[in-house]
Amino acid sequence: MWKDKAMRLLMLSAASTSIFLVALIFIFLMKESAPFALKPGLGALIDRQWIPVSFVQEHFGILSLVTGSALVTGLSMLFTIPLSVLGAIYIAEIASPVEREILKPFIELLASIPSVVLGFFGLVVLAPLIKNLFGLGTGLSALTGAMLLTLMAIPTVITLSEDAIMSVPRAYKDASQALGASDLQTIFQVIIPAALPGIIAAIMLGVGRVIGETMAVLMVTGNSAIMTWSPLAPVRTMTATIAAEMGEVSFGSLHYQALFWIGLVLLAVTFILNVIAQRVLVRYGMMK
Amino acid sequence: MSRRRSEQITYFLIRLVMYFIVLVIGYILFDIVRHGLPALNWAFLTEYPRKSGSEGGILPAIVGTLSLLAGTILVALPLGICSAIYLSEYAEQNRFTAMIRLAIITLAGVPSIVYGLFGLGLFVLFLNFGTSILAGSLTLACMVLPTIIVSSEEALRAVPHGYRDASLALGATKWETIRTNVLPYSLSGIITGSILGIGRAAGETAPILLTVAAFYLPRLPNSIFDQVMALPYHLYILATQHPEADKVLPLQYATALVLLLLVLGLSLGAIIIRIHFRKKYRW
Repeated sequence: MWKDKAMRLLMLSAASTSIFLVALIFIFLMKESAPFALKPGLGALIDRQWIPVSFVQEHFGILSLVTGSALVTGLSMLFTIPLSVLGAIYIAEIASPVEREILKPFIELLASIPSVVLGFFGLVVLAPLIKNLFGLGTGLSALTGAMLLTLMAIPTVITLSEDAIMSVPRAYKDASQALGASDLQTIFQVIIPAALPGIIAAIMLGVGRVIGETMAVLMVTGNSAIMTWSPLAPVRTMTATIAAEMGEVSFGSLHYQALFWIGLVLLAVTFILNVIAQRVLVRYGMMK
Repeated sequence: MSRRRSEQITYFLIRLVMYFIVLVIGYILFDIVRHGLPALNWAFLTEYPRKSGSEGGILPAIVGTLSLLAGTILVALPLGICSAIYLSEYAEQNRFTAMIRLAIITLAGVPSIVYGLFGLGLFVLFLNFGTSILAGSLTLACMVLPTIIVSSEEALRAVPHGYRDASLALGATKWETIRTNVLPYSLSGIITGSILGIGRAAGETAPILLTVAAFYLPRLPNSIFDQVMALPYHLYILATQHPEADKVLPLQYATALVLLLLVLGLSLGAIIIRIHFRKKYRW
């Protein structure tokens, strides 16, 4: 009997490590960034200028990085939402069973293409294309990054939207068709509205993934920390800033602490998006 | 235009969207294979890089990525499977279980670069592992843990309840039941789910950027406290930091192809195993 209890305890402690890990992540991010809050104070982060290395005056304003992330994420959602929702409708409602068995693993395959490979493809193929298409000096722009991020978000959003569409009770469909609605009317006026909470949660999780994506945007967005809303301008995201600058920073410096603050902001945003998305899924009974 | 006609057009448009996505994925794979294959040969896989990556092969990067993978599996697999066993077999519906689930969801959503920062703060600096295989593997293990837990739990739950009841009725203890009647039937599902998660870790760059990866290190690691080169980071360096990025384009493509083959090979293997076992066990 003691063995049985010991095993239970072992499994329990393994499962507890997840809680422990989340706590550690928050603690370590705060620990490394905390001194910045005392001096120069958090107000220094609310500034348009990010000039972390300077002989005159350093600036650690993350506003241009936040707008950079927002621009790239927003643009990519403009592509992702229609593509993924229509894709999910196709897989769930229109495709033949054989087609579905082929399409689903194919979409899963897209999810496992490493982001650095997508970034590389963006750099050597997509960026020159954008450059010539719009007559720009360089193809490294928010738009290029957004297109790559769309590829990274599509698997998440399609798969979860398809789950949501599949979880709509069959009776809804039958009732709609019994009333004389066509297949297409049933899809757009009955099934999609019923699946909407799940689709919205899927989009939120997609946003979370896109905002935290690093390598692809680091390689193709041009990395200039200017505040702009132009899709064709080069921008710099929060993730790319951390990845590009952490290697050269001296540990413990203000710059180092500011980079950890960016990490903390990213963590907070993705955490909130995740929790809300899960709440929606649980509330509407769409959790597996 | 009749309603029927306009419906047909809509169907056609939706199908067009789906196949557009497929076409884009296909083109990316095709482009990398087409340009990568000519530069890919045995020497490229087994030689050390020379002249800061302008010539020679990528052996240290392959060995580096494989050793990171091994470390990740060693840490994350036992931890993930045990967590899943707890959640599927022992956990009651209470506050504590809800907290574990919230923690797993949170971990799944943490951006990879934030894992990198965390690994830097905890493993590299606080625990003083330095930038090393150990620190990198632990960071990657944290990142894949939620994927392994979720897919393993799903596999465990798929085993019918009757198996457990029958074993318990014969006088087996809870653990004996799990060991002899639940784990064997779910093992294939656990393994495939875990491979999918770990395959993705192999291609991750952001977490290892800050915890392990060396810019240029043309030798093999001696211990888990050594830095290593890694395939994804090597590709990043060649593509963006190399002074003659255009000249080494064939090498970039070949490196991308090797990385892609490694990651897709793992994923494809997992998907095939899953289809095979889905046919074998039907309940």
